[in-house]
Amino acid sequence: MPSTEAYLMLSGALFSVGLLGVIIRRNMITVLMSIELMLNAVNINFVAFSHRLAGLEGQVFTIFVITVAAGEAAVGLAIIIQLYRLKSTVNVDEARELNG
Amino acid sequence: MDSLTANMPLLVFAIIGAIAFASSILVVAMRNPVHSALFLLLTFLCVAVLFVMRGAEFVGAVQILVYAGGIMVLFLFVVMLINVRHLPDERVLSNFWKGGFAVFLGLFILFTTMVRPGVYHDEIANKRRLGSNARHITRRIHNADGTVTTKHIARYKWSGGNSEAVGTALYTDYLVPFEIASLFLLVAMIGAIVIGKRELSAIEEETAPAYMLERVATEKEVKEAMSA
Repeated sequence: MPSTEAYLMLSGALFSVGLLGVIIRRNMITVLMSIELMLNAVNINFVAFSHRLAGLEGQVFTIFVITVAAGEAAVGLAIIIQLYRLKSTVNVDEARELNG
Repeated sequence: MDSLTANMPLLVFAIIGAIAFASSILVVAMRNPVHSALFLLLTFLCVAVLFVMRGAEFVGAVQILVYAGGIMVLFLFVVMLINVRHLPDERVLSNFWKGGFAVFLGLFILFTTMVRPGVYHDEIANKRRLGSNARHITRRIHNADGTVTTKHIARYKWSGGNSEAVGTALYTDYLVPFEIASLFLLVAMIGAIVIGKRELSAIEEETAPAYMLERVATEKEVKEAMSA
């Protein structure tokens, strides 16, 4: 069986790739996808420790994280659509009205 | 041959994990958002396989249903709706890409070196709790000095499956978070509808299609009739 440590390494790798996408991409849709990637990496951690400690708590919290991810994706995509209507672009750099 | 069958889970983990990592990099690297979305779908499916390998069959199924079935459709729908065409020479990276790569490298090295075997709680070999329902009982204990204290004990009974165990845990121990999650979904749904709704402003009225203006006019008439 693969060890818990292998799962933790994979989860850390996926999380850092997601953070990379959030920081470097200009396309807002890709940024939102990277956030989903990070949430998924956290879920891997939860499930790995749920198996290691033989408890259901991690799996239950994974379900809550998936719920929050679904709501976040819906609201985020609605915001992106509104931004596209306003600016005709989905680039992060273009939305700088609040830039003092 | 025996060593191959003995190490089969490790082999599956290595292959599926490599695919998940590679496709997650491609999510970030692809120019076209549709390609990114499809590689994200591949990552989700690989992660679902990893969940099933860790005895979390229900979470794996939810992962496929909600992520691959729901969220990915939402993403693809929005990508197709706004139909962004990237010019071949257009910049993909934002202005912070140098710092982003630095943070990525630092975090990657930190995460992969920080993980050391043996520093966590010892592995519990008996995995029966992953498929067991918890039943909480309260026991009164008569102490030697005559006082009576109560003690809460959880009893686990094999329920025959991970799905039933997770469902029971959700509806008994985690009922309040479950209800809050449903409330959260309702709020998110209303929020998405309100934010995504198109409002006819004065500038847009000239370019708005005729049927939309007609609808706005009738709505106005109805409102006036109601208030009169």
